Amino acid sequence: MTLQPPAGLATLSAMSSTSEIVRLTVNGDNHAVGVPTHFTLLETLRYVLGLTGSKQGCDKGDCGACTVLVDGQPTLACLTPVWEAEGKQVLTVEGLATVDGPHPLQDAFDVHGAAQCGFCTPGILCSAAALLQRSPRPTRVEIQEALAGNLCRCTGYTKIYDAIEAAAVAQAGDGSSQAAG
Amino acid sequence: MAIIRDMIPDFDLFQPASVDDALALLAEHGREAWVLAGGLDSYDWFKDRIKRPKVVVDLGGVAELNGIREVEGGLEIGAMTTLTEIVRDARVRSQYPLLADAAEHVATPQIRNQGTLGGNAAQDTRCWYYRSGWPCYRAGGNTCYASAPKAMNREHCIIGRSRCVAVNPSDTAPALIALDAKMIVRNERRPNVYDAEDFFIGPSTDITRMTVMKPGDLLTQIHIPAAWANANFYYEKIRDRGSWDFQLVSVAAAFQVSGGTISGARIAVNGVAPYPLRLEAVERMVIGTEGDEAVATEAGELSVLGARPLRHNDYKIPMMRNLVRRAIRSAV
Ligand SMILES: Cc1cc2nc3c(=O)[nH]c(=O)nc-3n(C[C@H](O)[C@H](O)[C@H](O)COP(=O)(O)OP(=O)(O)OC[C@H]3O[C@@H](n4cnc5c(N)ncnc54)[C@H](O)[C@@H]3O)c2cc1C
Ligand code: FES
Ligand code: FES
Repeated sequence: MTLQPPAGLATLSAMSSTSEIVRLTVNGDNHAVGVPTHFTLLETLRYVLGLTGSKQGCDKGDCGACTVLVDGQPTLACLTPVWEAEGKQVLTVEGLATVDGPHPLQDAFDVHGAAQCGFCTPGILCSAAALLQRSPRPTRVEIQEALAGNLCRCTGYTKIYDAIEAAAVAQAGDGSSQAAG
Repeated sequence: MAIIRDMIPDFDLFQPASVDDALALLAEHGREAWVLAGGLDSYDWFKDRIKRPKVVVDLGGVAELNGIREVEGGLEIGAMTTLTEIVRDARVRSQYPLLADAAEHVATPQIRNQGTLGGNAAQDTRCWYYRSGWPCYRAGGNTCYASAPKAMNREHCIIGRSRCVAVNPSDTAPALIALDAKMIVRNERRPNVYDAEDFFIGPSTDITRMTVMKPGDLLTQIHIPAAWANANFYYEKIRDRGSWDFQLVSVAAAFQVSGGTISGARIAVNGVAPYPLRLEAVERMVIGTEGDEAVATEAGELSVLGARPLRHNDYKIPMMRNLVRRAIRSAV
């Protein structure tokens, strides 16, 4: 269900310096939230919508822990003004699984031990999900490039790459992507 | 981890839907207004509370600033076109791969998805004294902390200093100069067209700005002239880490070759001066030659003539010399 702010209020508050009503679509759900104008998408996800899967690491664009997908593109939620996400589809780690179970990437990360402390994992899963969407059977170099903006201090990345390759194979096995070449 | 919340000082947000409306807002609010494109450089400043604009003019809704169009005599790239769009564009990749290459060297996939060409060209310097809010000349104070005797100045400039020794951090800037790009800047009164090399300015012109743009100005389009389409290009960026980092030194070059000799050349280096530096003397020297090893070596030497390192950045001299040499070697 879409929550509608009272007519006129959105325009009024968009001009106000203290807060505004922003309409977001996050993991398929529509929200109308009243937030200070200077809020980032990350602050809104975590502190207004309670979606704490996206992590606040550096809050400066360095680490990628806050990566979410905006219209399918990996985006740093910590440096995205919340109003830039209006009218777009936001997908966070909470939206990767479906009623049928975890996303193939989540299964593969589990099986391959691709997370240690796990702080980087939500952002990496989002970057990897976008990669598989664009390139269903990525090479290892493509995987490395796709994760260049996601810092992991624990794993050394090898198991993450293994897991993403395994997820690509699993997805292809479902017939949901191109045949292995 | 500090939770950074409610940290950005309040501002009034305006979201114009056309260039004309944006220009009117910028004219009305003058120095109080901040142009916001992808926001990556801007939010960094805002979060530190060092820049505190009263008014933010968000270009996100100005559709006419988006996208790449083929026009008479070249390509026209809207200032709000993202770096990822440039990297993936078939026309840029096939005719002006120098620009795609430079754009692809910017930061990380996430930052390229969000960062715009206009914002990349107009971004502020990364000198950490300045970025940390020290009251240096550039910030309106009366000293340069980066050239003080014990300063950390490994990333700073070796050429063109004038009170400020910070460098221009943009990866696309030298490519725009090598391609002879024209920067279209509008304000309420009139449009101005600048050659890319004149768009970027140094501290001796105005120590508080990195480009010619003043309050009220908006970069609307970047025109890439067909004259340099399909030239022989060379791009190289040296950085501390392979995954992502700002340049230490980078070079972008375009060569036209006929009958085995260089008939045209445009070469720019970034990371060595407060502005991306076009090497006109080197260009003149290599034109008419075959760009062989001897020429390349001499060109490298010529490029660093007069360079003056700071305490921790003399490594940039051989780095620049070598990058220029490699560019010339690749020409023919
Ligand atoms: C972690 C990190 C790493 C980075 N690494 C690199 C790197 O390796 N190489 C590199 O080149 N850059 C790098 N950057 C810098 C930069 O933020 C991005 O390159 C990006 O392209 C900036 O674009 P933006 O659209 O987000 O700019 P914004 O932040 O929106 O704008 C930047 C500046 O330009 C002005 N501006 C923007 N558009 C216009 C316009 N149309 N007219 C007038 N003024 C305008 C704004 O007012 C602001 O002052 C990095 C940034 C971060 C956070
Ligand atoms: S929290 Fe966004 S990049 Fe680190
Ligand atoms: S698992 Fe700890 S940072 Fe990646």
